[in-house]
Amino acid sequence: MAERFLNNILRKLIYGARGAEPHDRFGKARYKRIWISSVLVTATVSIVPLIVMMSFNYFQYRKALKEESIQPIRNLVSTSRRSLEYSLEERKNALVYITKANPVEELADRDKLKIIKKNLDESFAHFVDLGLVDSSGNLVSYVANSELETKLRGVNYSKELWFNEVLEKGVFISDVFMGYRGKPHFVIAVRTGDSRSNIFILRSAIDMQLLTDQIPVFGRDESSDAFIVNREGKVQTRSQSEARASCDGSFGCHISTARRAREKAIEIPASRASNYPEDIKVIEVDEKTGAHYAIGYANINNTPFIYGMSHRMPDLMRTWLSLRKSLVGFLIGSILVILALTMTVSSVLVSRIRDADVKHDQAIHQSEYSAKMASIGRLASGVAHEINNPLAIINEKAGLLHDLVSASEEFPNREKSLKIAESIIASVERGSVITHRLLGFARHFEVKNETIVLAALVNEVLGFLEKEAAYRNIEVIQRVRENMPVIQSDRGQLQQVFLNIINNAFAAVGNKGKVEIDIERKEAEKVSVTISDDGDGIDEKDLDRIFEPFFSTKEHGTGLGLSITYGIVKKLKGEIAVESKKGRGSIFTVTLPLKTE
Amino acid sequence: MGGLKVLLVDDEEEFAATLEERLRLRGIEAEYVSDGGRAIERVREKNFDVIVIDVMMPGIGGIEVLKNVKAIEPRARVILLTGRGEAGDSEEGLRLGAFDYLIKPINIDRLIEIMMKAAGRAE
Repeated sequence: MAERFLNNILRKLIYGARGAEPHDRFGKARYKRIWISSVLVTATVSIVPLIVMMSFNYFQYRKALKEESIQPIRNLVSTSRRSLEYSLEERKNALVYITKANPVEELADRDKLKIIKKNLDESFAHFVDLGLVDSSGNLVSYVANSELETKLRGVNYSKELWFNEVLEKGVFISDVFMGYRGKPHFVIAVRTGDSRSNIFILRSAIDMQLLTDQIPVFGRDESSDAFIVNREGKVQTRSQSEARASCDGSFGCHISTARRAREKAIEIPASRASNYPEDIKVIEVDEKTGAHYAIGYANINNTPFIYGMSHRMPDLMRTWLSLRKSLVGFLIGSILVILALTMTVSSVLVSRIRDADVKHDQAIHQSEYSAKMASIGRLASGVAHEINNPLAIINEKAGLLHDLVSASEEFPNREKSLKIAESIIASVERGSVITHRLLGFARHFEVKNETIVLAALVNEVLGFLEKEAAYRNIEVIQRVRENMPVIQSDRGQLQQVFLNIINNAFAAVGNKGKVEIDIERKEAEKVSVTISDDGDGIDEKDLDRIFEPFFSTKEHGTGLGLSITYGIVKKLKGEIAVESKKGRGSIFTVTLPLKTE
Repeated sequence: MGGLKVLLVDDEEEFAATLEERLRLRGIEAEYVSDGGRAIERVREKNFDVIVIDVMMPGIGGIEVLKNVKAIEPRARVILLTGRGEAGDSEEGLRLGAFDYLIKPINIDRLIEIMMKAAGRAE
């Protein structure tokens, strides 16, 4: 079914509306093959590079856009990280300065420490307390608000991890913990003292506000978030989304809206976070909800903190998605256009090829035909000429006989002899008619301009077919309008035309048929010869095509007769038309101008 | 026919001889020669009203004879006989000054008719 449909379309494309018929000698399989090859090759050559280019572009764009969309995160993370680092560094350095600027004894003195603290507060915010711890872990002096002071009196830190670490490394920054008033704090501790024996530790708790203040605020932007985590992936800051009323299960929400948000592990794979990246890394994470996030993070050097920023990808990639749609759309569009064009062009080309083949074949046949005709003509001419001589002799001899017998009154069997002589002469006449006809057949093929009486010419042609008509009992009726003008045309070629048409008529009628020939004047400058028969007629579907070369409804027909006839009529500046009904007969009308100029 | 003087030129002797006899029977002073060279000689010797020449002759062909005859006597009336109709020779003959042509086998009455016409002009 689909095959048939495809074939139909191909036929229409290649052969035009009518399509190739079964007895079209120019085998459509060949042209279909040419068409398909042409389309395939051209389309492939056009489409493959296009696809390659587009793919290349696709990936390039994607990469570029991704870079572009990630770059901001990268930059933001970098900037934020740096400023956080700086703040922390600043605070640490402040403490180091204090230890260097003040002797231990003064630090151990609570009142002195209080003054130092007061001065410290004037320059730096967020220092919650200040405490001096001796090498055994005892809190020697401590300054903070009164509540804390009472709380921490007499505490010993020797068992604490941080204590040992600061003794060893000289600096310690802790994780965030719940501190005073339930607010998150962390501790910076620095070691002071010059020798092993004289070691003290200056310790201060820092309000987490120091850091959270520096995290960029994204306001209402629900697709972005910033946070600080420790090496275990534990959130250290309260994320933006905690402040938001709604939580749709997105990444930000993951960081929890609950008060204990910072204790919840987030989706950053803990392993990644603990890899403690030196540089800024950006990873992509897919949520269960289908949302796609980019997370940039970098460690804050010398601290246990890692700063991270997340951004939901579709927002970043919005540009990319629309571009991608355009690219794909363009690609598909281009492919369709290429295919359409290729098919059209191929169809036109194949049509032309076929036409060229037809013309070529036609030309060859025409020249073969002409050559054949010419040699037949020459043969006929030679034969006729040879025969004419003996005929002439017989003619004269019989003539003389007749003359002599005629003159001689006493000749025995005079009447009979005269009759015999006359009969001989009559036979010679018949012979000579035939030879003259044969000679008339050897024609030149250029259009000659002769004065022709149509009726006579048609008669001549009928003469050729006289025997056949009689043998097959075909009735031939000729009607000539009065006052028919003579015309200027080529006698021989007109003979060919009428011979062909009348022959066809004879072939169509079978035995006991009727062929009528009407010769009349049409309009001022034209004459027409109409040949009608009551024979088989021509099928309606074939009617359009009977003048086509190689079109024949006969099994062994060459299909050339009518096409040559058509050609001659056209050359003589005339028209030929046909009307026919299957089973009823046909009417051929040849219209000729009075002059061929 | 008033003693029309006619020369027949044809290599086909049977034809020419018989035609000559028939013409004589009709009161025409006809004689025949069977080759072109002899024909040209004869024309020099005698003044003919009409010369009938067969174009297809071996040796000096009919057209050659025509040319020569015309050279000798420009007003000579020549009728060509041909076995071949319009093919080449007859047309050329007409151009070279032949009065008319007939295709063999000929009708003697027709021939005489044309000869009369041809001779009639000469008067």
